[in-house]
Amino acid sequence: MARISAGVASSHVPAIGAALDNQKQTEPYWQKIFSGFDYSKQWLVDQNPDVVLLVYNDHATAFDANLVPTFAIACGDSFDPADEGWGARPVPKVVGHPVLASHIIQSVIQDDFDITMVRDLAVDHGLTVPLSLMCGQPEEWPFKVIPIAVNVVLYPPPSGRRCFQLGQALRRAVESFDEDLDVQVWGTGGMSHQLQGPRAGFINSEFDRQFLDKIVSHPADLAEMPHVDYLRFAGSEGVELIMWLIMRGALNESVALKHRFYHVPASNTAVGHLILENR
Amino acid sequence: MPLHKPYTDIPGTTIFDADMARKGHHLNQFCMSLLKQDNRGQFKKHEAAYLEQWPMSQDQKQAVLCRDYNAMIASGGNIYYLAKIFSCDGLSFQHAASIMTGMSEQDYLQMMLAGGRPPEGNCYSGEANQNGKN
Repeated sequence: MARISAGVASSHVPAIGAALDNQKQTEPYWQKIFSGFDYSKQWLVDQNPDVVLLVYNDHATAFDANLVPTFAIACGDSFDPADEGWGARPVPKVVGHPVLASHIIQSVIQDDFDITMVRDLAVDHGLTVPLSLMCGQPEEWPFKVIPIAVNVVLYPPPSGRRCFQLGQALRRAVESFDEDLDVQVWGTGGMSHQLQGPRAGFINSEFDRQFLDKIVSHPADLAEMPHVDYLRFAGSEGVELIMWLIMRGALNESVALKHRFYHVPASNTAVGHLILENR
Repeated sequence: MPLHKPYTDIPGTTIFDADMARKGHHLNQFCMSLLKQDNRGQFKKHEAAYLEQWPMSQDQKQAVLCRDYNAMIASGGNIYYLAKIFSCDGLSFQHAASIMTGMSEQDYLQMMLAGGRPPEGNCYSGEANQNGKN
């Protein structure tokens, strides 16, 4: 039987990918961020998962203003890094797991989550930057990835509660898959940041630190927080943090906190990172 | 009954909801066209002529030509779409953010290094602003 062993939360700031791709990772500004993932890289090698369900948002890349799925799960064989306006990132293509993805899609729809199925999907920095932070610069990504795209660009995104419940449904889907697979769930995006308008540059470290605490200890309570609190107190783009709740919903009520990292800034954004193991 | 919008009193912030998306649809779809290298070349060669392909308002076109991101956002543009324009110009999110705040890029960078724009005074309209020009 497949099982979910661990969850990872990580910001997915595009400038982090650009820093790595342009060999700037040893510059002091960037080194502070990459060093927060030193533990994580070794942990991931030791864990050696078979599949990662990678929850991220598309930033007007694969989905344009014509089509905005609230939740979409990708079941293709592989996913190319996208050209986001400055050429595609020089990172390996992402290899999918079509059989498990199809199983998950069927399972969660029958579990009342009317998600969208997508086959071919160009994946943007939202998906590839967490891979780079956790894996460095390998020739190939060391596991298969099922992209789970969440709309957080067009308001309203799904509620925190709905995200948390989707995580629980993902867990039921994985645990009903017959093959023996070690599966991790990653939730990406955040933490506090605002990229638009006169309030750009907004950061709220107190909000972020409380979020980091509560998502470990009281995730169901955290999932009740309304959108406007994210927008107001974590910045208009900080609402990406709802995606961490999908990761958390897929884990046990009680988890072991293996690693926690927080740093301001990466470009315009507060970087947060957690590693949680089921226990 | 109109939809409840509890986010209209967040200072310096436009939430890209369905009403804004309707206003900005063609502007945002023009931005999407810049994901293709060929189109980026065409746009850079003759910006005004390229924009004629899109049924945008004159104000929207003018805002694109002037790179007035706040005006683009006010007319329904979303920052992740508008990012295609400044990427095409070879500029970063940090550069674009500094323009939108009315700060120099250097001052903006310093603000971020010092921990960013603080929440105090920046969560509700009418609060005294603590940092930057709101």
